[in-house]
Amino acid sequence: MLEAILLTIATAATPLLLAAIGELVAERSGVLNLGVEGMMIMGAVAAFAVAYTTGNPWLGALAGALAGVSFSLLFGLLTLTLATNQVASGLALTILGLGASGMLGESFVGLPGVKLEAVSIPVLSDLPLVGRLLFGQDPFFYLSILLGIGVWWFLFRSRAGLELRSVGANHASAHALGLKVIRVRYLAVMFGGLCAGLAGAQLTLVYTPQWVENMSAGRGWIALALVVFASWRPGRIVVGAYLFGAVSIGQLHAQALGIGLPSQLLSALPYLATIAVLVLISRDRRATLMNTPASLGQPFVPDR
Amino acid sequence: MIRIEVTRRPQPSRLLSAFSPLIALGLTIIAGSIMFMALGKNPVAALYSYFVEPLTEVWSLHELAIKAAPLILIAVGLSVCYRANVWNIGAEGQFTFGAIFGSALPVLLPGFQGPLVLPLMLLCGVVGGMAWAFIPAVLKVRFGTNEILTSLMLVYVAGLFLDWLVRGPWRSPEGFNFPETIRFHEDAVLPAIWFASGRAHWGFVFAIVAAVAVWFLLERTLKGFEIRMMGQSPRAARFAGFSSGKVVFFALLLSGGLAGLAGISEVSGAIGQLRPVISPGYGFAAIIVAFLGRLNPLGIIAAGLVLALSYLGGEAAQISLGISDKAARVFQGLLLFFVLASDTLIHYRVRLMRTVKAGGGDA
Amino acid sequence: MKKTLTTLAATAAVILTASAAMAQGMDKVKACFIYVGPVGDFGWSYQHDQGRQYAEKTLGTDKVETAFLESVPEGADAERAIERFARSGCNIIFTTSFGYMDATNKVAAQFPDVKFEHATGYKREHPNVATYDSKFFQGRYVIGQIAAKLSKTGSAGYIASFPIPEVVQGINSFMLGAQSINPDFKVKVVWVNTWFDPGKESDAAKALLDQGVDILTQHTDSTAPMQVAAERGAMAFGQASDMIAFGPNTQLTSIIDDWGPYYVERIKAVLDGTWTQTATWAGMAEGHVVMAPYTNMPDDVKAMAEATQAKITSGEFHPFTGPIMKQDGTEWLAQGVVADDATLAGLNFYVKGIEDKLPQ
Repeated sequence: MLEAILLTIATAATPLLLAAIGELVAERSGVLNLGVEGMMIMGAVAAFAVAYTTGNPWLGALAGALAGVSFSLLFGLLTLTLATNQVASGLALTILGLGASGMLGESFVGLPGVKLEAVSIPVLSDLPLVGRLLFGQDPFFYLSILLGIGVWWFLFRSRAGLELRSVGANHASAHALGLKVIRVRYLAVMFGGLCAGLAGAQLTLVYTPQWVENMSAGRGWIALALVVFASWRPGRIVVGAYLFGAVSIGQLHAQALGIGLPSQLLSALPYLATIAVLVLISRDRRATLMNTPASLGQPFVPDR
Repeated sequence: MIRIEVTRRPQPSRLLSAFSPLIALGLTIIAGSIMFMALGKNPVAALYSYFVEPLTEVWSLHELAIKAAPLILIAVGLSVCYRANVWNIGAEGQFTFGAIFGSALPVLLPGFQGPLVLPLMLLCGVVGGMAWAFIPAVLKVRFGTNEILTSLMLVYVAGLFLDWLVRGPWRSPEGFNFPETIRFHEDAVLPAIWFASGRAHWGFVFAIVAAVAVWFLLERTLKGFEIRMMGQSPRAARFAGFSSGKVVFFALLLSGGLAGLAGISEVSGAIGQLRPVISPGYGFAAIIVAFLGRLNPLGIIAAGLVLALSYLGGEAAQISLGISDKAARVFQGLLLFFVLASDTLIHYRVRLMRTVKAGGGDA
Repeated sequence: MKKTLTTLAATAAVILTASAAMAQGMDKVKACFIYVGPVGDFGWSYQHDQGRQYAEKTLGTDKVETAFLESVPEGADAERAIERFARSGCNIIFTTSFGYMDATNKVAAQFPDVKFEHATGYKREHPNVATYDSKFFQGRYVIGQIAAKLSKTGSAGYIASFPIPEVVQGINSFMLGAQSINPDFKVKVVWVNTWFDPGKESDAAKALLDQGVDILTQHTDSTAPMQVAAERGAMAFGQASDMIAFGPNTQLTSIIDDWGPYYVERIKAVLDGTWTQTATWAGMAEGHVVMAPYTNMPDDVKAMAEATQAKITSGEFHPFTGPIMKQDGTEWLAQGVVADDATLAGLNFYVKGIEDKLPQ
């Protein structure tokens, strides 16, 4: 039973983790994209449509990623090229995404989707205890974990990652050092779109293989919260996503076991837990400040 | 290859400051026409029902005021926060909590009636909003906790708290167990401004008064200077002897209070009871309104009306032409994009460049 | 025959009989619909929209013209949307969510010539307001029996949305049906506090299956629990629409909301000039509650289900027939006593045997 519960938690946490990892990279470069929900839902509808039409879920995942990227380019055009306000543009992107996905998906409502099946890694998946949990999952799970590690390595162990972080920390001096601020940010925003699109694809290909309007149901916002929760550190994002998943699944189990607490209180637990943990970690003020991209949300236009 | 190049103007362009909304409107009309034609609808009729039809009738103007009131009230408060670099995105929760606090009086003490009820309710609404905004404020000042996250998380908590109240302790005993409180008695209902012509209530007046007052505060008082300075260069502000903690509290409590006032006005004026859902996301839409209004309280009045019009227009288009709700939202998104993009022209010069040599005119 | 909630009508301020002016017929009716969700939810709003399309098809577009507004939030927006419809020449307006109740009555006061039909509510403050709802609990009794017959673990999982009377009726009726087969049957209830969130519903489904139930039923709108049951090799009942496509080897049956016949009847009444205020609470007999084909079960279970359905349809049997004990063991209904509609419409307690604590 424990294994089954952990598998459920992993499925619930994966889309949050994917979207949050992407947003983390964007925010580390100094771009706050509040349009995660919009990019995610576009990824979801594109993935469903392509997987359903072609019968191939892998193509669907690809389409989801592409949809996320193209939507993030729209955001980039506005905020990076035209230097519009990032908060407002992100919100507008979400409105646009929810509307556009509903329009595109109209003919796919009520159709059973194509599921991207789990891929068991031979030998390893037969390990006792952790075998199925770590090596018998769907491709999105592996991807989310690999991306978490990859992004950590990229940000803190590679030169390009250092450049990205310095662009986010102080775009003026990064520019003075000869870094191409806008190009770095475009790439970061596109990576964010790619991940959000994949998160959406996970929803329609693994989590609940079907398409219905607004099915992301606020997961993009939770991903955004996770980034801040993690104080912009990839490792903590993994922990945060799984913590959030565990609390939401745990409250369902608590109910099924007949614990007589108001269900609203149980539903509020993940949010309260997030606040509590956040307060605990942010008491270490210096560490938090060190990790916060100082240029977050500020437009950059090179003076010449 | 053509690329877009943006350069900062030495001074914001006054001309474009006035004309950028028109440019945005023009672009939206072009893009919208293409979309409506692709959907097989007559673009002229669609645009008419979107932008003009809601303005042709008196009752509909009242509805516009009802829809715009909470947007303006909340956005005005947010503009103070954002000017001070305080990122309150949890106004939706402050709105909800204001509505709960303000409703306590008519729900728990329905026997207490008279002319005092309404002012007390409004006061409680403000206090409720402030109380909910106090949490992220104190967490930010005491622990340095990021207010974007805490204020957002508290939105969900407030919503679930309201849900629990109306399904549990505050549920109407006559309501067959349905999730709603008793209906407010007459003294607890915010009256209509001009009853004979429509149902717009005093919430709209509050919104306008708040906008003017906050404009005065920001532009003409020392406190306003402190707020703006803290937002633009916190270090200089600290040298000037301003306390960043105080500014955080002031901005969050002011915006929380206004959101709370919007909440109780909406519940008392437009709904008449508490229900599980009292806001279609006003707190989030107001963030857009704040930026559309360029964080200027007077601009926010106009922006709030425009966004409200886009909701009403979307409905009108659904009814008269069968344009779906989704298309209406896409259109709304396009409108917002173009308004935001056009505002760029005020501060920046935008040129289309060929890759090697400069060319092209102003875009 | 429509059963009317006459006792509920007591809350309505005034009830007038149909005035003579209403008796005039019309050549063409404009019927308008307001939905709380998107028509693409494949649940509640989707089924109402299917009803609208059915009415348009049945009566013909020369007789009826329809329009709808989707995703209309409850609150101030609802009143505006309803008023806009009333002003735009609609003759009859169907408001299809409980939260539209007061808005519907307010607008109805201003437009006495327009007919208003509010789904799932109880307030009819003006003579031009009617209410309608369906007795979904009738179907839940049948599926309770099926569950008790087929479950190997003697337990079922119930994914519930909000503790309103309609949902409580459903849980009780399901339990009574199950107990009629297996008195020790267990129901595990999980409240998800949403009508519609595929992800959360699927999480709840998995949690219930992990706790050892082998049959799922839901009072939420998405098809996600059906898909989860299919994946895990469990059994499940559909909700609102026929979900067989999502679990061809899983769905036992589904309780379908079919609003089409009601919409046809009411629009036709406006056409004929015979529309009067009613409080309809109809079920299997009137074709409002339809059971999807009984699948994936042995023939004897199928026969039992069909027999129960037939008895409920004919009125021979009512799911809430005594003796029934309340959860705390006190008597609710004595031997042979049938619950009256008013009590059912406000049901806020569980029957004996349900282990969940009803959120208060």
